[in-house]
Amino acid sequence: MAKAVVTWGIVSLMLMPLLYGTLAQAEAIGGFVVPTSKAAQLDRCVEPTEAMRRYHMDLIRHQRDTTVYGGIRGTKHSMSGCVDCHAGHDASGEPIPVAAPGQFCQACHHYAAIKLNCFDCHATVPKGEAWNQEPEPTAPEANWMMNLLDLHLPRGRVTP
Amino acid sequence: MKQDHDTIDQGRRALLGAAAVGAAATVGFSSTIVSAEGRKTPVTAEHRWGMLIDTSKCADGCTACVDACELENGLNLQERPHGLSQQKWDDQRSTWIRKVRLQDNLSGQITQLPLMCQHCEKPPCVDVCPTGASFKRADGIVMVDRHICIGCRYCMMACPYKARSFIHEPVEHKFTRAPRGKGCVESCNLCAHRLDHGENNTACAEACAQTGHQAITFGDLNHANGKLRQALKATKNRQIREDLKLNTGVRYAGL
Amino acid sequence: MKRIVYREWLIEPERYWGLLAILGGVIAIGGLAALYMEHHGHWVTGMSNSVVWGTPHIFAVFLIIAASGALNVASIGTVFNRTVYKPLGRLSGLLAAALLVGGLLVLVLDLGRPERLIVALTTYNFSSIFSWNIFLYTGFLALVIGYLWTMADRKGQPFNRPIGMFAFLWRLALTTGTGSIFGFLVGRQAYDTAILAPMFVVMSFAYGLAVYMLVLIYSCTADGRPIGPLILRRLKNLLALFIAGILYFTLVYHLTKLYGAKYDAFEHFLLLGGGTYTLVFWLGWIVLGSLAPLGILYHPELSKDRDWVSAACGLIIFGGLAAMYVIIIGSQAYPLEMFPGHRVLEFGAAGDVGGRVASYAPSIPELLLGLGGTAVALFITAVGIRVLQFLPESLADRDVDPHIAAKSA
Ligand code: HEC
Ligand code: HEC
Ligand code: HEC
Repeated sequence: MAKAVVTWGIVSLMLMPLLYGTLAQAEAIGGFVVPTSKAAQLDRCVEPTEAMRRYHMDLIRHQRDTTVYGGIRGTKHSMSGCVDCHAGHDASGEPIPVAAPGQFCQACHHYAAIKLNCFDCHATVPKGEAWNQEPEPTAPEANWMMNLLDLHLPRGRVTP
Repeated sequence: MKQDHDTIDQGRRALLGAAAVGAAATVGFSSTIVSAEGRKTPVTAEHRWGMLIDTSKCADGCTACVDACELENGLNLQERPHGLSQQKWDDQRSTWIRKVRLQDNLSGQITQLPLMCQHCEKPPCVDVCPTGASFKRADGIVMVDRHICIGCRYCMMACPYKARSFIHEPVEHKFTRAPRGKGCVESCNLCAHRLDHGENNTACAEACAQTGHQAITFGDLNHANGKLRQALKATKNRQIREDLKLNTGVRYAGL
Repeated sequence: MKRIVYREWLIEPERYWGLLAILGGVIAIGGLAALYMEHHGHWVTGMSNSVVWGTPHIFAVFLIIAASGALNVASIGTVFNRTVYKPLGRLSGLLAAALLVGGLLVLVLDLGRPERLIVALTTYNFSSIFSWNIFLYTGFLALVIGYLWTMADRKGQPFNRPIGMFAFLWRLALTTGTGSIFGFLVGRQAYDTAILAPMFVVMSFAYGLAVYMLVLIYSCTADGRPIGPLILRRLKNLLALFIAGILYFTLVYHLTKLYGAKYDAFEHFLLLGGGTYTLVFWLGWIVLGSLAPLGILYHPELSKDRDWVSAACGLIIFGGLAAMYVIIIGSQAYPLEMFPGHRVLEFGAAGDVGGRVASYAPSIPELLLGLGGTAVALFITAVGIRVLQFLPESLADRDVDPHIAAKSA
């Protein structure tokens, strides 16, 4: 028994630097917010940035089950919320997929060597969020305008 | 704040019918605005959602319900994989609701009806699912948790209504409100996202009403004085495959 | 009684490695086929929303029920105490495990999201017979391994009978479970019957034994081990009995279906008007798969010839695949009967089949995946008998039958 404790103690001690290393790494990174995303205009995420970096997967996963089984929608940890706020936009105002190379979710995950399959199914740009109708195709100018206007409108989903 | 939402919502609603889409309209449509607050508490068994479909009102040649469903759930964005025949694609693409035309063997009379997941009280698809991905939500909606669906298709074997579809191809385009992707099974979920946002109708029922046919009555089976129960009381109706005793949530009149 | 001596498979290395290379090639191609299906999605297969289970399931179900049947020989030796069958037990256990692994592999690789297999192994829905089957399969593998140990190790000897008995009951449950996967699909005309489960048990006996005999005859002939007429006669008589059993159950199945008036149309489809399915049923399942081997096995001369017996086994396996084709594909292709008294004129889009027979053409990747699984089973068997002592040195009459042995001594 005592021996086992000692062994585990040694093992954990040996693992400590490793563990610390990953944490330190997660803290060290940052600046992934894409300048052309809505997030760039705001100063805080849905939770303190520090917590987001470390625990966003747990938050999303919890949200996932409450939404799918409980029908609870539009709370602040929703996947669609992340995409909506963090998707960048190209010169013509078109949203860029968050999972595209260099974009918010992808850039950091690539850095951390994590592969997600969430975007097999989940939309990577805010599209068809409201129900009933897909937005009519609009001219690029209108789109650009829309995005500009968007930023100043109250947001149903994320504002408390 | 709340006020703001409502006005925006009404604006959006009013604009839906308008053909001209100007800059103002685009704002109304803009993707970030979700018209009503989403649910904050888990769904309960207080409601059991269902439908009555009056086949006598279902018009020949009308596919409004099907079109609305496709638009609502992003099924209109499906693309036939390159090199696949149209015939086979018709049987491989995802279909949540379909228009069925029947002829009575004796009288020769034609009956039309939309057919979708019947939202059984005792769903065979839920019984057979090995992982429990196929489940019935507390409010009676039968659906698939596509985070744990392994794509074995046993539920499709079990469904007596051919209501479910397997996604055979990678999905390029999808809506935020209706995630969908290769390798999982999906089917009608009575527009759960709408109900969860406080709306009281499905896309198909709404579209049917907009055409003036009023063949689909959506409502709460548990609400004794609600419009659905009233409608069920008023018209003789039955379940498809009543012999299986599944107690479906979707009922048909004039069949 | 003479001690049975087991020896590793002693064929020449070139032949052994050649065999492994061929099997390995088939496995690799099967794996590539699975990857291809996975990468593109199932649209590249013949499967659709009407026929949701295709060729992979034909192979998988066949291999799985054959696995449980292959254990039969060992059961007869241990559970029913037939001394003649004792030397055959080890190979029987090995083959059972190998076939099961092959079958499950095919089943898993055909999933829409095989990477989520861990979900299937960690979350159960206990009302699903499929879930129970996962337990039945893994339990079966564990039992067979334990059973092999009791056969091979002196220390295990005392447990041989209890474990053998348990394995026997387990495998009955396993086949019944596999049959029930179909038997409980109330919505489908073809499956809505309790007789499917016992029919699967008899099929498993027959197909398992046919595979077993082929492997036994091939591996013994390959390195010159004698197989006496006694053993051959016993085995082929047993096989013939099982085939007769299948025919009997097939008859009962169709009679019960014909009796229930609401299934008339389905019976008509399967037995007369179903095109390919009718052809496969009569020619594959009944004539080539049952009657022809029955003829060979009961023929006074042919049934003594190893090659003819092997041919009969081959026909039975072919018939088994044909039977699976009819049971699995045919009954899905037949439209769901939703509106009695009505003819379905339209059902969604033009090709969205409903009220009409769905079309299904097996695609090459599906076929290769199925063959790959079969090759996995044979690969495991070949390696097993090569490196471990599974095969008895001789199956000549005087070595297996205590009476003859006593006389000659
Ligand atoms: C209201 C808009 C908004 C939403 C919705 C939102 N975020 Fe953020 N997020 C931000 C902003 C703004 C920052 C930058 C905070 C800062 O600079 O400290 C940020 C930062 C982050 C960071 C840290 C980035 C870095 O460079 O280190 C992560 C990780 C993150 N968000 C993940 C998420 C996830 C996951 C979701 C969905 C659950 C989400 N966010 C939803 C606005 C949002
Ligand atoms: C096979 C398709 C599929 C995959 C893969 C998938 N999801 Fe989902 N997800 C869905 C569907 C379908 C819904 C249900 C939407 C509804 O009911 O409105 C959903 C809903 C959600 C929700 C709640 C809705 C929202 O926008 O917040 C979250 C959170 C979520 N998924 C997270 C994830 C995460 C994290 C991953 C990756 C680990 C993932 N999903 C992978 C299909 C998928
Ligand atoms: C600051 C870096 C960073 C950003 C930005 C980021 N992630 Fe992550 N994410 C991580 C790390 C690190 C992990 C792995 C954590 C672990 O494995 O414990 C992870 C894991 C996840 C997981 C769980 C993966 C799994 O396999 O279980 C999900 C889901 C996820 N992230 C979603 C998102 C989404 C959606 C976004 C974009 C809105 C995002 N992340 C942006 C760093 C980031």
